[in-house]
Amino acid sequence: MSGATAQSWRDWLLTDTPASRRQAAWGRRYRLWRDFQANRLAMGGLVVVVVLMLASMLAPVLAPYDPGIQNLANRLARPSAAHWLGTDELGRDILSRILFGGQVTLGMVVAVVIMVAPLGLAIGCIAGYFGGTLDRVLMRVTDVFLSFPRLILALAFVAAIKPGVTSAVFAIVLTAWPPYARLARAETLTVRGTDYIAAVRLTGASSFRIILRHIVPMCIGSLVVRVTLDMSSIILTAASLGFLGMGAQPPSPEWGAMIATARRFILEQWWVPTIPGVAIFVASLAFNLLGDGLRDVLDPKQR
Amino acid sequence: MDILIDNLTIDFPTAQGVSQAVRGVSMKIGREKFGIVGESGSGKSLTARSILRLLPDSAIVRADALTFDGVDVMRADESAMRAIRGRRAGLIMQDPKFSLNPVMTAGAQIEEAVRAHSKAGRREAREKAIDLLAQVQIRDPKRVADAYPHELSGGMGQRVMIAMMLAPDPELLIADEPTSALDATVQAEILRLLDNLVSSRGMALILISHDLPLVSHFCDRVAVMYAGRVVEELKAADLAQAKHGYTRGLLECLPTLSHEKRRLNVMARDPAWLA
Amino acid sequence: MSTMIRVDDLGVRFGSFEAARGVSFAVEKGASFGIVGESGSGKSTVLRALSGLNQDWSGKMEIAGVALGPRRPKDFFRRVQMVFQDPYGSLHPRQTVDRALSEPLEVHGIADPEPRILRALAEVALPAAVRFRYPHQLSGGQRQRVAVARALMSEPDVLLLDEPTSALDVSVQAEVLNLLMDLQERRNLTYVMVSHNLAVVAHLCSTVGVMQGGEMVETVTSADLRAGRASHPHTRELRALSMELEEP
Repeated sequence: MSGATAQSWRDWLLTDTPASRRQAAWGRRYRLWRDFQANRLAMGGLVVVVVLMLASMLAPVLAPYDPGIQNLANRLARPSAAHWLGTDELGRDILSRILFGGQVTLGMVVAVVIMVAPLGLAIGCIAGYFGGTLDRVLMRVTDVFLSFPRLILALAFVAAIKPGVTSAVFAIVLTAWPPYARLARAETLTVRGTDYIAAVRLTGASSFRIILRHIVPMCIGSLVVRVTLDMSSIILTAASLGFLGMGAQPPSPEWGAMIATARRFILEQWWVPTIPGVAIFVASLAFNLLGDGLRDVLDPKQR
Repeated sequence: MDILIDNLTIDFPTAQGVSQAVRGVSMKIGREKFGIVGESGSGKSLTARSILRLLPDSAIVRADALTFDGVDVMRADESAMRAIRGRRAGLIMQDPKFSLNPVMTAGAQIEEAVRAHSKAGRREAREKAIDLLAQVQIRDPKRVADAYPHELSGGMGQRVMIAMMLAPDPELLIADEPTSALDATVQAEILRLLDNLVSSRGMALILISHDLPLVSHFCDRVAVMYAGRVVEELKAADLAQAKHGYTRGLLECLPTLSHEKRRLNVMARDPAWLA
Repeated sequence: MSTMIRVDDLGVRFGSFEAARGVSFAVEKGASFGIVGESGSGKSTVLRALSGLNQDWSGKMEIAGVALGPRRPKDFFRRVQMVFQDPYGSLHPRQTVDRALSEPLEVHGIADPEPRILRALAEVALPAAVRFRYPHQLSGGQRQRVAVARALMSEPDVLLLDEPTSALDVSVQAEVLNLLMDLQERRNLTYVMVSHNLAVVAHLCSTVGVMQGGEMVETVTSADLRAGRASHPHTRELRALSMELEEP
């Protein structure tokens, strides 16, 4: 595209007087993207998240070895030209296991987030908006879930069905939603009494519409931050379940489980548990930075 | 006690460049009741607060002179400013709900103000606090002293706030929209109270408000601010002879009870006022 | 002329506190009724009960001869709309003007949003450029115009005004009051306005109800009020305070 058309596109997007809703919506998106780009840390987070996701998805192409192939003659090898990140206690290539493990770990995280955020949001907003008995019932249920130690509840749940990645995801969802519900309820309570919600009620809108279109958008910001802060703890819970044999089943690679099985080598062959640890750390940090940037951009008052 | 402001400018850096909140304001205030009137964003509060150096950190302040009774506010160190703030000059803000500490009784807050500025003991401070509450015409000062701010009405809270500011016997009171959160009847009482206190104690008063009739009813002199400048300064009694278009516009756009107006005059803002 | 609003012996309780009791008034179609009083006098309580925001009340209320229940049918919200005191708080901070104005249209399934929104903006004298702005990008007066435009979207017969100008500068207040007068003339709207400012109420409304301690202590025409023909001491006190400031 030549410079002149790029400029005219930008003018079309940034005009103060958009001619149509479509133009205004695209202009809004472009401005969001521009503001987001201006935040270097958030951009860094986004880049890392995208690279991690792509690398995991392309693991079958990128990985130099099969992640399950053992070579007991070459166990716990230092990083070398043949094995960039060394090998583990069964002589498996760590780089390949990290790449394939990303599929499992990041897949679990994404699955958990996709389920937890809407569930917590729905319960919190409904409880906060309607108040009264419904609020009391929902919040007591939330308290019950909150009062269990997270891992124990997840363990009990997985043990009751069959161990595996899917049940681990459901178990984590089951234990992770209460803080989101509390947060959404607190936000809803502050929004519920405002004049702008009263004004929507006076248009005759249904409660469902008010919650979905007017209250939920006000809760999204703090929820996004909470989710990104929670990413690391979700990864760790998944790892703990894996370690206890309730999550990802060996030999399937999973970052948390990799640390768990390799932790006894931390003194002599430190890289074996450290490398998946670094992967978890990098992923968590990237999600955090991304979340911070998103929160700043999503609040129109910041612009 | 004199306040001298000469060519004061206050700028705020923003993403779009520098925004000029106050642009070359000069005024001289003695022991009198001085009103500053203007709409929101006219710079009236910033001008008054600059005397106590109570501006947001991001503000860039410049002035040829800015003195409080000979003290150069622009150059004074923080301890010299503390000696002025609260002791020689008090600030009363709009809503007592936000300026009183919600977890301390009214009496305790006044006692604290008393003790911060004198060597009074506990009992002495308590007596002084109750005396001050009586001075702001609270009928039952002992009961109010033991009440928490949420137990007080808006007018009562504002009286407590005034009592607190009177504790160190200040020479100047700055009242920033002291009555705009209050009902008309309470507003009248509070203003009458301020009036009495100011004349009996020989204090100076700077009253900041958006309400021109109210300010002129109550002050000796009025400065009208528009977009960061003083557009007109006049004796309150001469308000009817105001010359500037903005001042006239402020008076004419008000609905009145005394005579009916079919339509209200809408202010035509002359771009020349900004110059 | 027909009666548009009739309120008879309205009472509102919050727990053991009687916020309003025995309030009665009637407003003709196309007329304006003002309610003045100090904070806590119950004036906003009456308006919120009438609007349907508060469903806990006793007594009788009618709009155009139809009795109102505690819960209102959807059609009620087409005919009766409200403008709030604080234009900073009554517009959703994350929604553009366009969203705010199209919401009533979507709720009531009114067709042709596009021309209606443009017409509404023109009617409240806002430039079309503000259509896709957020509330925080507008001045206080512009926001209140948006709030008025939103109330007009469903083409109501009755507009309830809760201190519509008390958060605005006096010069902007004049513009909004003029706008409200023009709209009333053009659309034959019926207004009920609550305010603490006697001069504002007398300017817009032909009849004024004075409230004190939850009761409507006097109902007086604006002409009588101006001439000083009010009988209740509280009305006289409010009038005297208002007059005192007007005399230079």
